Amino acid sequence: MAILEVNGLKVYFHTRNGVVKAVDDVSFSVDRGETLAIVGESGSGKSVTCYSLLNLLPKPPARIEGGTALFDGKDLLTCSAAEMRKHRCDDIAVIFQDPMTSLNPFLTIGEQLIEPLIYHPDRSQIQTRVEAKRTAVALLDEVGIIDSQARFDCYPHEFSGGMRQRVMIAMALITDPKLLICDEPTTALDVTIQAQILLLIKKLQETRNVAVIFISHDLGVVAGIADKVLVMCDGTIRETGDTDDIFYRTQNDYTKKLLAAIPEGAKTLPNRAKSDETLIEVTHLKTYFRNQLNTNKSKENRFVKAVDDVSMEIARGEILGLVGESGSGKSTLGRSILQLAPTTEGSVKFSGQTLTGLTAKQLVPWRRKMQMIFQDPYASLNPRMTVFETLSEPLLYHGLATKKNIANQVRQLMDDVGLSQAQLRKYPHEFSGGQRQRIAIGRAIATKPEFIIADEPVSALDVTIQAQILDLILELVERHNLTMMFISHDLSVVRYISDRVVIMNRGVIVEQGNTETLWAAPKEGYTKELLAAIPLADPAAERKRIANI
Amino acid sequence: MYRFAISRLLQAIPVLLMVVTVTFFLVHSAPGGPFSADKAVPPEVIKALEEQYNLNQPVWQQYLSYLGDVVQGDFGPSFKYSGRTVNELIAAGLPITAELAFYAMLVALSVGITAGVGAAMRPNTMQDYLPMTGAMIGICMPSFLLGPLLVLVFGIHLDWLPVSGWGDIPGDKILPSITLGTGYAAYIARLSRGGMLEVLSQDYIRTARAKGLSERLVIIKHALRGGLIPVVAFLGPAFAGLLAGSFVVETIFQIPGLGRFYVQAAFNRDYTLILGMTIFLSTLIILFNLLSDMLAIWLNPKLRQEIRGTN
Repeated sequence: MAILEVNGLKVYFHTRNGVVKAVDDVSFSVDRGETLAIVGESGSGKSVTCYSLLNLLPKPPARIEGGTALFDGKDLLTCSAAEMRKHRCDDIAVIFQDPMTSLNPFLTIGEQLIEPLIYHPDRSQIQTRVEAKRTAVALLDEVGIIDSQARFDCYPHEFSGGMRQRVMIAMALITDPKLLICDEPTTALDVTIQAQILLLIKKLQETRNVAVIFISHDLGVVAGIADKVLVMCDGTIRETGDTDDIFYRTQNDYTKKLLAAIPEGAKTLPNRAKSDETLIEVTHLKTYFRNQLNTNKSKENRFVKAVDDVSMEIARGEILGLVGESGSGKSTLGRSILQLAPTTEGSVKFSGQTLTGLTAKQLVPWRRKMQMIFQDPYASLNPRMTVFETLSEPLLYHGLATKKNIANQVRQLMDDVGLSQAQLRKYPHEFSGGQRQRIAIGRAIATKPEFIIADEPVSALDVTIQAQILDLILELVERHNLTMMFISHDLSVVRYISDRVVIMNRGVIVEQGNTETLWAAPKEGYTKELLAAIPLADPAAERKRIANI
Repeated sequence: MYRFAISRLLQAIPVLLMVVTVTFFLVHSAPGGPFSADKAVPPEVIKALEEQYNLNQPVWQQYLSYLGDVVQGDFGPSFKYSGRTVNELIAAGLPITAELAFYAMLVALSVGITAGVGAAMRPNTMQDYLPMTGAMIGICMPSFLLGPLLVLVFGIHLDWLPVSGWGDIPGDKILPSITLGTGYAAYIARLSRGGMLEVLSQDYIRTARAKGLSERLVIIKHALRGGLIPVVAFLGPAFAGLLAGSFVVETIFQIPGLGRFYVQAAFNRDYTLILGMTIFLSTLIILFNLLSDMLAIWLNPKLRQEIRGTN
């Protein structure tokens, strides 16, 4: 019997600019012990669908316009506030996407864990703090928090991202819910941590026999754990079926597009390191930051060694992929090469010229030759400048254009990055994420640089947009004969785009080599671990992989 | 935390020195002196007075000797209230002004936080618009208008409360406290509304709701701590402002507090009293700012540990 049956759910957002049909006539059901994956790109309505079940949407602007959601035969959409509290407490739990923002920074994790037990709406079920703590500590042990008794009184910021997500999972499970909603539970995590968390959710689901709704934008992630998949786009269901049917025998065009957009395998272009000329030469580079959180005064811990004695070279015309998990120092290395972060020791040479030690003024001509594309196109474009102003600023600053011919050059740039010239006078907020990243790329190539560092340029984008941007980057590198350092935590993306790969961990280079050679035969343990953690968008292979862990 | 406090106090020394210096030379450069009056005073009397108070010396010598006294906590004798020192005058007025400021702060916090939090819970409804319109009026309304209005309504027409005094008749502290506190209540209402609105849109509030907590608990336990940090940061400057800005209210209600001395001293060219009051109030402002900063840090577990870490 289905534990949750949703029929004809409609959720509309009544905004000043009109009605947005976030969820339009969505029906599905989940059985006990079953995992349903809801897959879709941002704005597809997958999260709204689930939040509306628990009445977690801000009202206004959201309004439920129709449908039913029967949980054990009772409609969640029409129940009273008191009944809803009981459902939230006992029956349905949610694991949210970002454990950093989803945990209250002002309360200890222990306090947050036991809340559903000590403030239970049903007075007869209220537990004392001591009882609740015992339950919570046991659960923390179960989700893999080491030294759980002591960690009970720690604040969220004292945990790493993966550990925080484990706390979040424990919090969801503490009242033994019958249905667990996981809203992109691994999107904010590193790939090895993601693998651990997915495994943990799967294990807990099996031991507790709960139904799971797993929301994700990543088909690769759901391949191994879902029984059924529901593909959503623009608030409607595009396709629903067994996992194998969706992955192997889909008839739907949108699902096909999603599957095709997953970066897989090596890139099709030939290895392009044409010249033997070294463009960037990094020798024994060290970038240390003062340790703000240092509690003991030992000399060892006085500094955070973000980049610790790194030496590497980048040949002209090469795309070098720099891979590492969060905190590995990959972004700091990129910034240190561009002289945007103060280096502690070592040198960076650009085309034979040492950049370390130059004054800001001496660096100006070199700045033109080295540009950067940032991760978040929402944050890195000035919201008060039109696209025209954004693109013309570097040209005018470096004296590459005059007021007279600037319009032509900017139009040329818009063509280059695939944006229509009619959009020149628009502001960043009028563009989608992918378009904004195109603007950011246009800004980076405006000064005709020789070297570009792209810092996670596609990780904020949906998978179909990601594929388009990657192809645009490849095309521009080819056309303008660029050299690129591509920083990413996503191994599949790096494999798709780079000629050579450098793998970083804790500030040092672990391994480097030709992309395909490294993929085929990783030498270091850490590299092997990283490669093994990549989820595959192939249910059969993925199940086999998980079974082997 | 101690190291933080000590370093902040050390930073205050040059600030106070600047205050002393600037104020000293400003008052001395103003035309007239403490003993110039409408009535002509014989020159020999003035000369004797100036000698008594060291005013015949060059200004820089006066400055140095004054500085020496201030370092020892001695603000010198008042020029106008003969026979009384500035320290005595401050000691007499401070308890009254401090009490008035304390009650005004109670009014400001209770009214301001209630209105602000209530407004943030139902944004863009009547529960938001009404208190926020009230707050806007409260900010715009000067106390020299509000005070007489309150006296007119509650003191004269309704005859519920005394119209002036301090501690003489029961209830005479109510109107001055409300008059002084209203502007701050309005400001606190807007601060707490803004802070709460931001916190209520955070993911962790959604998490708290998803856990099945009651709305009351969500607000009190999860939202207030973060939402009221802007108010806490404002408390220091507000309290110092209440002490220093009580002059108007003290005049309206005939309260023998500090504010009265301060303004009269300026009219009288009572150099030592002006200087003493300014230095005293500056010190209070610095201290209260430090206290509210420390409180804001203590409320945030992450900052608390970082501060501890640097010790």
